[in-house]
Amino acid sequence: MNAPQLPQGLGAARYIGQRVLRKEDPRLLTGRGQFVDDISLPGMLHCAFARSPIARGNIVSIDTSAAKDMPGVHAVYTQADLAHFNAQMLSFFLLPPEVEITPLAGSRVCYVGEPLALVVADSRALAEDAASLIEVEYEELDPVVTLADARAGPPIHPGTSDNVSAEMGDEELDDDLAATLNGAAHLVMHKVVHQRISQAPMECRGVVATRDGNEELTLWITCQSPHMIARWVSLSLGLPQTAIRVIAKDVGGSFGLKNHPWKEEVSVILAALLFGRPLKWIEDRYEALTTSNQCREAEMTLQAAFDAEGHLLASHGDYACNNGANPQGPDNNIAVHMFLWAAYKMPAYAFLTRGYYTNTMGLAAYRGPWALESLIRETLLDKAARKIGIDPVEIRRRNLVTLKDQPSVSSMGIPREDITPAECMEKLLQHFDLAAFRKEQVAARAEGRYLGFGLATYVEPTGSAGSMPVMTGELAQIRIEPTGKVTATMSTHSQGHGTATTMAQIIADRLGVAYEDVTVFEGDSARGGFSPGAAGSRQGVIGGGAAISAADLLAAKVKTIAAHLLNASAETITINGGMVHVAGAPEMSRKLGEIAAIAYGEPDRLPPGCESGLEVQHRYQPPPMTFTSAAHACVVEVDAETGFVKILRWISSEDCGTVINPAVVEGQISGGLAQAIGMVLLEEMPFDARGNPLAATFKDYLLPAISDIPEFEFVHANTPSQALGGMRGVGEGGAIIGPPTLVNAIADALSPFGELPDTLALPLTPTKLLSVIEGRDLTAHSAPAPVVVSADVPASEPAPAAAAPAGEVRVEGAWDMVLKTPMGPQGMVVTFAIVGSAVSGRFDSPEGTQEFSGGTLEEGRVRFDLKVEKPMKITLKYDLQFDGDSVSGKCKMGMFGSAKVSGTRKV
Amino acid sequence: MSEHRVNLTINGRRHAATVEARMSLGDYLRDEAGYTGVHLGCEHGVCGACTVIVDDRAVRSCLILAVQADGAEVTTAEGLADSDGTLHPVQQVMREEHALQCGFCTPGIVMTLAALTGGQDKADEATLMNSLSGHICRCTGYQGIRRAARRLAAEPGT
Repeated sequence: MNAPQLPQGLGAARYIGQRVLRKEDPRLLTGRGQFVDDISLPGMLHCAFARSPIARGNIVSIDTSAAKDMPGVHAVYTQADLAHFNAQMLSFFLLPPEVEITPLAGSRVCYVGEPLALVVADSRALAEDAASLIEVEYEELDPVVTLADARAGPPIHPGTSDNVSAEMGDEELDDDLAATLNGAAHLVMHKVVHQRISQAPMECRGVVATRDGNEELTLWITCQSPHMIARWVSLSLGLPQTAIRVIAKDVGGSFGLKNHPWKEEVSVILAALLFGRPLKWIEDRYEALTTSNQCREAEMTLQAAFDAEGHLLASHGDYACNNGANPQGPDNNIAVHMFLWAAYKMPAYAFLTRGYYTNTMGLAAYRGPWALESLIRETLLDKAARKIGIDPVEIRRRNLVTLKDQPSVSSMGIPREDITPAECMEKLLQHFDLAAFRKEQVAARAEGRYLGFGLATYVEPTGSAGSMPVMTGELAQIRIEPTGKVTATMSTHSQGHGTATTMAQIIADRLGVAYEDVTVFEGDSARGGFSPGAAGSRQGVIGGGAAISAADLLAAKVKTIAAHLLNASAETITINGGMVHVAGAPEMSRKLGEIAAIAYGEPDRLPPGCESGLEVQHRYQPPPMTFTSAAHACVVEVDAETGFVKILRWISSEDCGTVINPAVVEGQISGGLAQAIGMVLLEEMPFDARGNPLAATFKDYLLPAISDIPEFEFVHANTPSQALGGMRGVGEGGAIIGPPTLVNAIADALSPFGELPDTLALPLTPTKLLSVIEGRDLTAHSAPAPVVVSADVPASEPAPAAAAPAGEVRVEGAWDMVLKTPMGPQGMVVTFAIVGSAVSGRFDSPEGTQEFSGGTLEEGRVRFDLKVEKPMKITLKYDLQFDGDSVSGKCKMGMFGSAKVSGTRKV
Repeated sequence: MSEHRVNLTINGRRHAATVEARMSLGDYLRDEAGYTGVHLGCEHGVCGACTVIVDDRAVRSCLILAVQADGAEVTTAEGLADSDGTLHPVQQVMREEHALQCGFCTPGIVMTLAALTGGQDKADEATLMNSLSGHICRCTGYQGIRRAARRLAAEPGT
């Protein structure tokens, strides 16, 4: 393993870059962690849910009387009891859903397992007993389960015209793009069907909620940031954020699932407000697998055109994801398209992307939510290399953006300044003798052994801040106490990330104190300040920058005070080993704690104008985005008799800039790779045709065990980023680059038997691989049978964007409109002024007011351009059709394609 | 629901309790005896997080009832380290090898390794790896766990 190199300007680094032992570990190894189920409060009662056994239907009646009569049961709540709170089920971006989502099911159920009643009892066992006594009468409807069902079936949510939850891009291929694709020397088509995955953190979800007095609420909850929970709950319930205290000292993994509360947690919080005693709900594994939010289910078709030498010419992608019924964000995963070709010299790319509602569990985030872009691109490149007759390394060498090609901008508008996937690949190849492997592969095949080499390269956006409301900078507050101990409260949060360690390493280095003397506190919304926590591989980059800048400010203050006290100039003062030294005067050295004691207790001795105390805070605002690059390679052997895959070797060559702690960086990559291996070989959350989840235990939902995961080898490249300290994020990368690396190796191993099926459907189970080996077609394996939809619920046609106008239309005046943006629906009031056929007007939204002019009106059709600055400079081209008191149409959003607009006349 | 009297020793301390017949040992250790280091990850015997040592053997506490532990000597992750905070050799090696991240599966892995490396018949590396395949860790990709197990197999027995 390479010793990481430090960038210039980081000073004497005794801890940054070292495999320092984690501060969290003694507590966790001795069973002294504090997870939510470890919390017990006086008078606390326990909750269990009654859940829907059907995927779609109307609730005719709920009879809770038998449950309420059971001894030990204190209350049974249904949505009728909770409705008056009007709790908003917000997305990660804090936007309300555009379809009705309630904490408990109200008049209808829309997935199997949807909670519809909450029982409060003396124990969890009694609460479960009582929940089973609740009788519900349903009017059952045929469910919409698969993407195919969603396209053809009736809308599952009232008030919608189809099951499309979000749509962007263009349905018709641009003429020029079509000509390039069809006229190219090589056109490669590739389809990936990604199965549904359960994030499956080892600790299931849970919450303890207690009302403190009339206004305050304390929550212990599984989460990725207590600050994010406090903000989400405050906005959802309309309470002041400061009135909500959220504590989450230890969280047993999350991976995107616990970004914010969802139906069950909100129900418990509301029940605690109603009942007035502390309530606890701890999800069990059956609930976690069958009713928690899930992730990933999507399919994508990608076309890429190459010239005769294998250079990329143009590409088109068509993506769709199954969002389920109540997704945490009903989006269409625009990031797939943004980053698909970001690391490659791709002249032209266009796409169509859609999210669909179905009667299944709602999707939530999972490590690298846009990861399908790397899986489909890298597996397509290998397929293309075989077709063109060049090596997988060579096709990447011809197309990857190298440092020499930068700065440049991708065809999707992504600026590239210091990405290094090509350099990572070359570095990786120095550690793997591919020519020798090819000889070994040939020899092995002669013996009937099928070895394969897989390669993948990628870039990943990390440390995002400033373009979306919740993606903020990070805060560090650091204090030197009179004891000489240094304490820091950070906005970061760990669900295993080790931020109490890495942030302490940085602070110790920058302040010149011992690592043992620094303690980092997080996990409590009453401390520190807002950040979304572990979301988007951001904490090392931004939290690290905050720790550096706050520590530097504090060190400067120490030097100013010490110079004054010791009658020296500030430039001669150094801090080392918790001591303050004056150059050339060792007898003048003082303990840092002595300086602190004076700073707090004897303000008269401080320099004029110097604020007393020795504590600072700084919120670090990084560049908008920081890219991490990597190349991975693996070697597999596929057993041609059984179809089993054995991974023999795996090398990671990643560039995450400054490495704070190699053990933590490698831990993040390894964890992501294990999840990647699970996705390719083992994990799958299938549904039957009635929408029943078929994996209810860890005997059905197969997580990788130690015997499934090889030893990973690491090569660290270290190009410092432009963020303070030079870090780049590594939280998600392994889960993004792992799948194509492994699939490519399996495809290479099986190449003597032909290509993998045209549709790559994960997971690649032994049965599917045997079908390749034995030449059978199992493409449709595991896909549920199509559902016959009820005849009395006709499939409705989506409304055309521009219907013919009915007579004279009055456009003048104010309209309530909703624009379906990549971050969710955005509401606004648009006011039009009409003079002849000229249109001008004004947009009012929570983000501000913006005026426009130069528009045209023609037979009820209004077209105009709106130039916006945030989140990026872009011209929005509106094309609206007015009809009576309603309006619908499209907004063309530059490279993001088109988004739907709908609205009604403001009354 | 029938109730039963149990007497058992947990981490060297004697406990007497009345438990429902259906209460698992895991629930008893957590909710009644207060040893919250016992983590319930699946409650159907697959993930291994709830593993404790019952009479010198690693046992999944979700698959045994509290009444079955009557008279037994039970050790949990809280009972391994010295009272002065010195970690048990298994805990120390796991710390040095960065064999944990979120720490939820960790107590179970600690107990399995402690049970298999603590006595006279110390398990070899292959046995440790086989046993560890009964523990699921979603964070680490098992890299540090494997390194720790190798070191424990190579070190002389206690």
